[in-house]
Amino acid sequence: MKDEKSFEELIDDLENIAELLESDKLNLDESIQKFEEGMKTARLCNEKLENAEKKINILLEKNGEIIEEKFNVGEE
Amino acid sequence: MNINPISVSELNKYVKDIVAEDEFLNNVFVKGEISNFKHHYTGHMYFTLKDDKSLIKCIMFKSSTATLNFIPKDGMKVNILGTVSVFERDGVYQIYCKAMKEDGIGDLYTKYQELKEKLEKEGLFDKSVKKKIPFMPDRIGVLTSQTGSVIKDIINVSTRRNPNVYIRLFPVPVQGEGAGEKIANAIRIMNEKDLADVLILARGGGSLEDLWPFNEEVVAKEIYNSRIPIISAVGHETDFSISDFVADLRAPTPSAAAELAVADVYDLKDRIELYQKRYRLLLNRKLDLMKMCYKNCINRRAFTKPKQQINDKYVKLDSLIKRLETSIIDKVHKSKIKSVELITKLDTLSPLKTLTRGYCVTEYQSKIIKSIKDLKKDMNIEIKYSDGKVNAKIL
Repeated sequence: MKDEKSFEELIDDLENIAELLESDKLNLDESIQKFEEGMKTARLCNEKLENAEKKINILLEKNGEIIEEKFNVGEE
Repeated sequence: MNINPISVSELNKYVKDIVAEDEFLNNVFVKGEISNFKHHYTGHMYFTLKDDKSLIKCIMFKSSTATLNFIPKDGMKVNILGTVSVFERDGVYQIYCKAMKEDGIGDLYTKYQELKEKLEKEGLFDKSVKKKIPFMPDRIGVLTSQTGSVIKDIINVSTRRNPNVYIRLFPVPVQGEGAGEKIANAIRIMNEKDLADVLILARGGGSLEDLWPFNEEVVAKEIYNSRIPIISAVGHETDFSISDFVADLRAPTPSAAAELAVADVYDLKDRIELYQKRYRLLLNRKLDLMKMCYKNCINRRAFTKPKQQINDKYVKLDSLIKRLETSIIDKVHKSKIKSVELITKLDTLSPLKTLTRGYCVTEYQSKIIKSIKDLKKDMNIEIKYSDGKVNAKIL
């Protein structure tokens, strides 16, 4: 599955789904469908948060090229 | 030799008096660099003023410090107005400061104001061109010095808010000659090579001179042209730089910039969990509602007593038939009574009835005689009795 949506869009989706479920506009089938969609989106958000990798890097310019290296805090 | 030596205090007193009499020393205007600055808890300021060859002690009493429009510190170049006087106890002379201002600040400040007005006219500060800071940027680009507390603060705050944060530091000089060009160049490279989703431009506090690279036009233009949204955090909360005005967002401090760029993961997780709880609650509510509707429906009489309606109709029909019957019988009965009444009445009025009581009717040629005037002599009449009639003759 491609995650084209940004995190912000996903959070917006969560809010929209909640509002739809609150609205009484949906019949039972639609409600269940939206519920599942919401739960899936919530899981996706959590995955996005947890699967990101911590990187503290420094960018160095060498001969016009940018090289990325690990940056050690406190190293003078 | 019978000249008596004088005491040290007498000497110092003598020097002090001489110095005090000198009009020039009473009102000196001196320039120099501050060092050994101490802001005593009593509110007085103690420091030395120096140039490359020598130094002089200075004191500024609390009563005079109130007029300062900046906080003096070591390394700052200042102009001082004061009185030179001798401190007898230590045998030193020093400047008693009455007023102090930053050296050269006038020129820089004018330059700053002029550039600010110019760029404002060109529309570089317009709110309409400000880009939105992404809510959850994947890569945080930081432009600042690779040494010092600023980058450490940013890393600390960022990792505290999001342990999996991705920071890319592009080291740039943040003060001195040529720093402005290097900062502008860094912004350009970050954009050209698409190296970040948000940029933090940061520097710690300092004098206007120190912060100057962030007031340069070349930096302002590059910030304006940047496709990547930029947060500017230059100096302390009270310092404003041109870059703060051009940037898409101004943060009061570098730490605050990190807070603005990095979303708090723990908050977000709480928020996501809340949504999940809300969904469950809403779905359960929907189900309960459906159950209730079903119950209501199934409890309707049409389902519980399907024959009830038919029976009800039967009862109604029966009662209608009964009413019909009753009303017919009633009508017949009433008619009977009426007819009996009429017959009785008729019977009472019958002339024959009168005859039975002993009356009789006189007729002449089948006409009833009602008066004696109708009778004449020798008229043959008939007299009717209840049980028959006789012929008679008028005498």
